[in-house]
Amino acid sequence: MREAFLFFLIVVAGTGGELCVSRAMKTAGEVTDFRPAGLVRFILRALRVGWMWAGVGMMAVAFFALLGMLAIEAVTFVVPVTALSYAAGALGASWFLRERVSSQRWLGVAIVCVGVTLVLLSKR
Amino acid sequence: MRASSGVHLKTYLMLALMIVFAPLGNVLLGKGMKSVGGITSWQPAVLLGAVRQIVGSPFIWLGVASLLTFFVAYMVVLSWADYSYVQPASSFSYAVVALLGYLLLGEVVTPLRAAGIALICVGVFVVGRTPPRTTEAV
Repeated sequence: MREAFLFFLIVVAGTGGELCVSRAMKTAGEVTDFRPAGLVRFILRALRVGWMWAGVGMMAVAFFALLGMLAIEAVTFVVPVTALSYAAGALGASWFLRERVSSQRWLGVAIVCVGVTLVLLSKR
Repeated sequence: MRASSGVHLKTYLMLALMIVFAPLGNVLLGKGMKSVGGITSWQPAVLLGAVRQIVGSPFIWLGVASLLTFFVAYMVVLSWADYSYVQPASSFSYAVVALLGYLLLGEVVTPLRAAGIALICVGVFVVGRTPPRTTEAV
């Protein structure tokens, strides 16, 4: 039960965080100066976007859930199972955002789910 | 033409950083957390002891540094590249985490688990090859 809850946090908070960060980066604009000072200025600019804070907050929750899982399970088990985020993303897009998820994307999600199932079975 | 190859070069460089540092960070965190052990009680004294062990572990700090490197590369590449392009390319990190788990932690990757990880890589790649936008822009 505890493992299922931690995996839930990793998948849902991690996926939500990535989407928020992605949106924030599109708002912040393209990086053109790769010198350290330029990168710091860019990060400070990105931190002024609200979506970045939402994304970082959700990713922090996912991070601590990941730490909890890594304390009790093998890395080669935990990380592949987190790929369920692709299924969560497709389901969320279909149910909540009413996006038309293509059959090819559902095929990819199905392949991911079969792969995760094999990883789960390998634990026994 | 030159500008295009420059974009490709910096994109590949950022993707390489992502594919190496995300799995490396997870493996280092795994090594650090294994020394801490599972948290069996939610009592404040037990949690405080666990936090002290986590903060005192060099593997945790190296793992955090690796994941921060990944995160900066991820942020930077997303500033010019599509999420739908970055996502499939990063699918290789699942294979890298299996390799690093085996080499650095001595974890047993059974044929069943290896097959599952390979399928996950394929599935993520297929997902990433689909059009990023499926609805009309408002």
